[in-house]
Amino acid sequence: MEIPKSFLGYKRENGRAGTRNHVIILPVDDISNACAEAVANNIKGTIALPHSYGRLQFGADLELHFRTMIGTGKNPNVAAVIVIGIEPKWTKRIVDAIAKTGKPVEGFSIEGVGDIDTIAKVSKKAQEFSMWASEKQREECPMSDLWISVKCGESDTTSGLASNPTVGNLMDKLEPFGVHLCFGETSELTGAETVCAKRGKTPEAQKKFMKTWSDYNDFILKEATDDLSESQPTAGNIAGGLTTIEEKAFGNFQKIGSRQFIDVLEPAEEPTKGKGLYFMDTSSAAAECVTLQAAGGFNIHLFPTGQGNIIGNPIEPVIKLTANPLTAKTMSEHIDVDVSKILSRQMNLDQAGDELIKATLRVANGRLTCAEALGHKEFVMTKLYRSA
Amino acid sequence: MSSTEVIIHDEKDNVGVVVIEKIKPNQECNCWIMENDKSAKIQSISEIPLGHKIAMTDLKEGDTILKYGHDIGKVVKNIKKGEHVHVHNVKTKKW
Repeated sequence: MEIPKSFLGYKRENGRAGTRNHVIILPVDDISNACAEAVANNIKGTIALPHSYGRLQFGADLELHFRTMIGTGKNPNVAAVIVIGIEPKWTKRIVDAIAKTGKPVEGFSIEGVGDIDTIAKVSKKAQEFSMWASEKQREECPMSDLWISVKCGESDTTSGLASNPTVGNLMDKLEPFGVHLCFGETSELTGAETVCAKRGKTPEAQKKFMKTWSDYNDFILKEATDDLSESQPTAGNIAGGLTTIEEKAFGNFQKIGSRQFIDVLEPAEEPTKGKGLYFMDTSSAAAECVTLQAAGGFNIHLFPTGQGNIIGNPIEPVIKLTANPLTAKTMSEHIDVDVSKILSRQMNLDQAGDELIKATLRVANGRLTCAEALGHKEFVMTKLYRSA
Repeated sequence: MSSTEVIIHDEKDNVGVVVIEKIKPNQECNCWIMENDKSAKIQSISEIPLGHKIAMTDLKEGDTILKYGHDIGKVVKNIKKGEHVHVHNVKTKKW
């Protein structure tokens, strides 16, 4: 198949391009959710991103909170941002960082004003942003404007056999076009960690990966129960035939095809070393991982599933594919791309990779994903430790 | 092409994956080895559902299970060729 050279995206002030054109109402903290949701309810064309944290955090955990908030606002799928916090200082820090992209952003704090007057004030600004964004048009953008993140979930052995290698095939075909790519899931590379480390393009990248993995593994060993509380593998994984974390890891690892990663990113960190594949240190929980990747600036997501994970994200469209013929049949409303014919050998990996590229471009051009149509907007902050 | 009931990732692997809804006991299965596009056959002992593994050889307690050509865990209970391989007879070496 000849791969198209461009897609239709929204060009942003800082030179990036979005596959979506959201106006977001971003609460800094848990207690500002009600206000953010009220504004999004008042003003059409806006979405609130409620979450559970943002109070009394400190150190690396607080920095991650800021990085996730700021990165979400900066993401090119977002046209304009309203930030609402209880206090002005943290609100301002987020607003100032997002403003560097050149996109419209404004912050409000509730203390001393109360919810009702804040909602009225914010709604007026949100209306202005929403109507402004509604005039933005899609324009032709080079493929290199696609920043593709990947993460698999509710995996089974069909993931490792076919849907993950399909994503790998897409990576192998699209990397030459200058796209940015990102995989994560630190804990789910356990068992394949040394094989994965060897995919680092430089000795520094390899070393950084092993340190990241070892730190995470030490933490897991410290907290783990003997069966890791049925979390790795999950009951769903086991029902699907996955027996051990090592088996899951080698299946997971198929998503990067034959690519090498150029750097290891902190959770929610934006890549700065140019086009190519990056590894991001993330949890393997789907919503947490995709939230971090979206905050890193990725604008379209590929999500292979075996037993049928149903995740979506409010700003980054999540395209789901499966190779499990039962899942494709019983959960068809969640599956954007069915590659189960690989298992019956009626389709090969090359054909499946082409189908996924076509689907990815349709979604990049504006087609809703299943998760978007079904209203999945999971926005989940990663918390490193207890608040003060 | 004849039907394929089991797919094996790598020639070194001692397990294959069932890719039809289920295989029945004593079923003669056609296996496809992805790595080199070769074929093999295996006779099942157990009923094995879609996505679950079948032993391609006799395995003893302490043996290593190979899939993708890599170590994915250890045998904790002897397994006969054609038997279902899963959490009841294989464990991780990691946790």
